[in-house]
Amino acid sequence: MRLQLSPELEAFREEMRTFFTTQVPQEIRDKVAAHRHVSKEEYVEAQRALNAAGLAVPHWPVEWGGRDWTPLQRHIWREEMQLASVPEPLAFNTSMIGPVLAAFGNQEQKERFLAKTANLDIWWCQGFSEPDAGSDLASLRTTAVRDGDDWVVNGQKTWTTLGQHADWIFCLVRTDPTAEKKQRGISMLVFPMDTPGVTLRPIELIDGGFEVNEVFFEDVRVPAENLIGEENRGWDYAKFLLGNERVGIARVGATKKMLAQAKDYAREITVDGRPLLEDPFMATRIAEVENELVALELTALRVVANSADGKPHPASSVLKLKGSELQQAATELLVDIAGPLSVASFAEEGSDVPDWARVATPHYLNYRKVSIYGGSNEVQRTIIAGTILGL
Amino acid sequence: MDFTFDSEQNDLREAVRGLLERAYSDSEARRKAAANEPGFDEKTWSRLAEMGLLGLPFAEEHGGMGAGPIEVAIVAEEIGRVIAPEPFIEAVVLAGGLIAAVGTDEQKAQLLAAIAEGTSVPAFAHAEIGTRWSASASAVTATQTGDGWTLTGVKEPVPTGARADVLVVSAVVDSGGTGLFVVQGDAAGLTRTGYRTHDGTRAANVRFDGTPATLLGTGGDQTAAVERALAEARIAYSHEAIGAIDTALRTTAEYLKTRKQFGVTLNKFQALTFRAADMYVSLELARSTALWASMVQDAGGDVLSAADRTRLQTSRAGRHVGKEAIQLHGGIGVTAEYSVGHYVSRLTAIDHLLGDGDFAAARLARTVGDRPTVDPLGAPYAG
Repeated sequence: MRLQLSPELEAFREEMRTFFTTQVPQEIRDKVAAHRHVSKEEYVEAQRALNAAGLAVPHWPVEWGGRDWTPLQRHIWREEMQLASVPEPLAFNTSMIGPVLAAFGNQEQKERFLAKTANLDIWWCQGFSEPDAGSDLASLRTTAVRDGDDWVVNGQKTWTTLGQHADWIFCLVRTDPTAEKKQRGISMLVFPMDTPGVTLRPIELIDGGFEVNEVFFEDVRVPAENLIGEENRGWDYAKFLLGNERVGIARVGATKKMLAQAKDYAREITVDGRPLLEDPFMATRIAEVENELVALELTALRVVANSADGKPHPASSVLKLKGSELQQAATELLVDIAGPLSVASFAEEGSDVPDWARVATPHYLNYRKVSIYGGSNEVQRTIIAGTILGL
Repeated sequence: MDFTFDSEQNDLREAVRGLLERAYSDSEARRKAAANEPGFDEKTWSRLAEMGLLGLPFAEEHGGMGAGPIEVAIVAEEIGRVIAPEPFIEAVVLAGGLIAAVGTDEQKAQLLAAIAEGTSVPAFAHAEIGTRWSASASAVTATQTGDGWTLTGVKEPVPTGARADVLVVSAVVDSGGTGLFVVQGDAAGLTRTGYRTHDGTRAANVRFDGTPATLLGTGGDQTAAVERALAEARIAYSHEAIGAIDTALRTTAEYLKTRKQFGVTLNKFQALTFRAADMYVSLELARSTALWASMVQDAGGDVLSAADRTRLQTSRAGRHVGKEAIQLHGGIGVTAEYSVGHYVSRLTAIDHLLGDGDFAAARLARTVGDRPTVDPLGAPYAG
């Protein structure tokens, strides 16, 4: 038991902090900090800056650009990145399809995709959820039927985040409708989004933004070589991928940043002649969220220290569950601090409402998503009750 | 940064667990010990002494083991796991801790050795009617008489106050501030009225009427020393609470797997299993914070703030898990013959002895604007 970081890790943290705060363009980081829209070009620019320094995919195998870091180093890397408001490397590339390709792809696929995936030369999107397959993902109905050297894909995906920017999609498709268990008849295919028969329809969200899409497939012909791993083993790869998705999903650094903003803004608002931050009720509310965040960070450190063979600790469900709740609590605090200013979401020039108050409510509404995606919090409770408590 | 116990610490845990599981193999054994005076088992107390646990945090030159906060945490958690009624935290960590912190060399040599041997059970007489969780005294006054002191006033509730043979007493001194004094259990002008507390332990009304006392240490205002000792005891109580919460949750999960209603075991009802999952989340977040607070203490960091953080987290977790544990059991959970209610009672006592979650939250709120972010591995916690 020792609290302090070793001198080597202190130096590592300093190195990360310096890089993120000096080598990723300030304008992009300001946008992330202000919760403003980040363009595709800005995402790409930021990820390429990280990748050039070997900081985009440190968790990948060394052969493909990984760094062989300890879980604690990865934690520090992620935390410092979030505190510096660096757009994180695109999760679909670096946390999802990249590790799947590195683990289950054939040599040709690895050489074809991995370097471009790390550098965001290919922008990937996820074709998992369907209108009738949300938390019950294994009931998906999009089919792929073998026809000569091709698979022919028909069906519909939804909630495809940033699909409008995507070059390629990784897709779960039903290849054996007769399989006894529905999980056993699923395969993973990858194909370009401009393949004939692929149609993308944006979905407007309650914050007025467009980040998710429906994707329709009509007789989309995918070459057989684009099957990842073995036919009908797609469910295993999906589970592997979703396990990776859960690591780092606590987003402690990002929530810390929001709490720091909450304190600053609560100083700008005056109540009965005193800063809102000095109001005992508001100060206690912030202190309680902050304390839970400390508890979450410490739990994340315990979990990373105890993760064996890259497999997520079952307690990583705790990180997703609590991490999402605290992200939501922080966005809610920001709306409440803004008070009446929080309604001015779409004000433009001529309004005196500060930017942070304009974006507060859309951000809060948008963040209802975090307890739904990545395995909803109800799915996490099911995992905790079943896997950990044996219920 | 390392969150793992070393092999000696794991051995210590095994040894303590073995001893306490033999003493309290079922909840009936604990009930029996708590039913008879002095509210704990003197034999178990002696065995804890033989194992060296009653001198665990004291220096070897004073008859102790020279162990650190992590070892204290391990013992406290194991006590909580079976809610052993022995006053380890009250006597060793709090009263003993104050003697170790402010006593003269002579006092330490004499008093701490006797605690470590198990022959002396001290108590800290500090709480007063009409105030709560303060580090300073107001209801007992110390008066200097020649080369000695006398105390007058009332302390209550004093945990283990009637059984204790030595009292460490906080009192207002003429020069202002709070002084610390040692009063022998058989001192003249000392009246102690003990009673049973709801959790099966004991407390007392302790009345001083010109009672002769010895200054602990060399005098001056000891408010800061009391504040620190309370913080260290709050951290230790967090570990006792973690042990108790862990057992309450495990007992509840086991019950859900065996109890049948509507022809099926209760774990078939998602309304219940989801609540158990939330209890696990509360437990693990609190456990992380408690471990961390002990590491802060070990590293020489800001113990007062770390204690508030773990107090807040374990208070919330204790109430959440405790209340749900009873509810998920149903009627059996509120009976005296079943164990889980006793855990909730003890958690409730721990919550109120030295400060509850709201108390800690209010203190944290006062400094919430001092730093933009909290880094649990950095200043002011890493020492």
